[in-house]
Amino acid sequence: MRLFLERLLHTLLVLWAVVTILFLMFRLMPGSPLAAYIHENLSEEQQKLILQQFGLDRPLWEQYFIYIGNLLQGELGVSFFQRRPVLDVLMDVFPNTIVLTLTSLVVAYIFGVLAGAFLAWKRDTAVERVAVPAVLAIRAAPEFWIGMVLLAIFSFNLGWFPSGGANSPGQFYDSELDRFLSADFLHHLILPVLTLALYLQGLPLLLMRSNMLEVMHDEFVTMARMKGLSEWTIVVRHAARNALLPVITAFALGIGGSVGGNVVVEIVFSWPGIGRMLVNAVAALDYPLAQGAFLLIAVVLIGMNFVADMLYSLLDPRVTNARVA
Amino acid sequence: MPASLEPLVEERPVPGFAGRIARALGGLLRQTRRDGFAVAGISIYLVFFLVALLADVIATHDPMEILFLPTGRVAANRPPSLDYLLGTTNLGRDIFSQLIHGTRSALLVGVSAAFVVATLGTVVGLISGYFGGRIDMVLMRIAEIALSLPFLPFVIVLAGFLGASVTNVVLAVALLLWPNAARVIRSQVLSLRERAYVEAARVTGAGTWRVMFVHVAPNILPLSFLYGSIAIGWAILTEASVSFLGFGSSTTVSWGYMLQDAFASQALSRGRFNWFVPPGICIVLIVVAGFFISRGYEQVFFPKLRG
Repeated sequence: MRLFLERLLHTLLVLWAVVTILFLMFRLMPGSPLAAYIHENLSEEQQKLILQQFGLDRPLWEQYFIYIGNLLQGELGVSFFQRRPVLDVLMDVFPNTIVLTLTSLVVAYIFGVLAGAFLAWKRDTAVERVAVPAVLAIRAAPEFWIGMVLLAIFSFNLGWFPSGGANSPGQFYDSELDRFLSADFLHHLILPVLTLALYLQGLPLLLMRSNMLEVMHDEFVTMARMKGLSEWTIVVRHAARNALLPVITAFALGIGGSVGGNVVVEIVFSWPGIGRMLVNAVAALDYPLAQGAFLLIAVVLIGMNFVADMLYSLLDPRVTNARVA
Repeated sequence: MPASLEPLVEERPVPGFAGRIARALGGLLRQTRRDGFAVAGISIYLVFFLVALLADVIATHDPMEILFLPTGRVAANRPPSLDYLLGTTNLGRDIFSQLIHGTRSALLVGVSAAFVVATLGTVVGLISGYFGGRIDMVLMRIAEIALSLPFLPFVIVLAGFLGASVTNVVLAVALLLWPNAARVIRSQVLSLRERAYVEAARVTGAGTWRVMFVHVAPNILPLSFLYGSIAIGWAILTEASVSFLGFGSSTTVSWGYMLQDAFASQALSRGRFNWFVPPGICIVLIVVAGFFISRGYEQVFFPKLRG
């Protein structure tokens, strides 16, 4: 419990530092200090309201405290070009990114864990000598390029999948859940998920492989052997369980990393997610929206780092004990 | 540990600073040669390096020139042929020549980012590990904050607002990558500073900075190289992504620029694989070479560091 509070406090400090960097980054932008929140595109009342809401006519240090106060209430300003509150705009697309990220990670980790364990078992064989460089090569490929190749083959050439977006135009659903479960949505989801999964599987695969190799030399495995357990029981029930621990942590870290890392894949597949929103906002110089999108991505990343940290000490008590000692 | 239990002075002659670095580098090369991965990686780098040097000789055309057919029409969307080895873009530019010239900007981005990351990481790691205490705490907190910024979004925001240039991309990449190097180097320095020979140097009157840079630094050089070689791949991938998103420099030809050009010009729906496959393969090759080299290093120098 002490560790939990300690880490939580630490996480909040990091979050505060990132928020401060963000504040400075957008205030030191070329143009007047008003430029970060006010644009002629907004109506006069909106402009006045924001000027007052963010205290843009006050000194910088005062603006800073107002900014923090606004953030705590989820007030992120108004998007210049959508003329709606930034938070509303973000929340419209955030679920799409979460669905894309989680589906890809689950596919990638199931495959990666199985393939990694398999490669550890096939150690020093021809299979391993070909597979390991191949995995490294796939990890070295830019995600957007994998997406482009898949798109050219499976969408434009073979016509199996739609070329972009999350839904066909003109479809309406009663709820978000209905939309996510519709065949149309899943059809749109397959190629981007495949692209991301191809990129993401390398880490769990290599991690699982090296963990398995390491664990197989541990004393408890030798003990299991001495008890005369079958090789299958040793590998699956004893070794694999322990080798999985770091992979689970990596999964949590993967969520945080992918939400921001998805950007290029969302662009290639015109996926209406948070990353695409960030890129479009930066390109259009829509400062409040860009700031909000960046902040949301950062919050997910920092939050997942915390979760990963907690998971690790929860799953592997040796870590907690070592820290306390 | 009482220093008296250890032999204070080693038998062999102690070389100067340059000698130590040369020895470290020589050892590095000798060790690397034993690892197949590292040999493959270094060979790939050498080939790309030669191509970048001789780009003007190898390229058949000016990469940005709009080419014309003998009939006077623009040579747009030509398939691969002897005249245009990989065909031409929809504006009539030679794809092969763009690819060759792209090697230059990729290496430039990769090597300069690697240099900044390795230098910054080494200096911060040395100071943090050697002095410890409050300096260490502050530096490591900064490192942690830098690691908490989402990588690609940060580079996009910086490149998007500060203006699209190679320098900004390199800067952004270096700003976020040095902490990895600094952390590992710091922990290595923590153990090195307790060694007997460092103690010996201190006892014989060497100043703090001399001990740090002459006695400790050469021993962490392999680590600096390791993190440098990792940064090369990251920087090239990041530059490609940023260029692909349209925030790259529009005056230099890079592989990311080529891919963006192809994507925006509907090369995918027209099935023009000769346009968008080669730049991707080049990126894969050069990034994987970095992976191979760092993997080879790790296996030779730090067998326990993987993961």
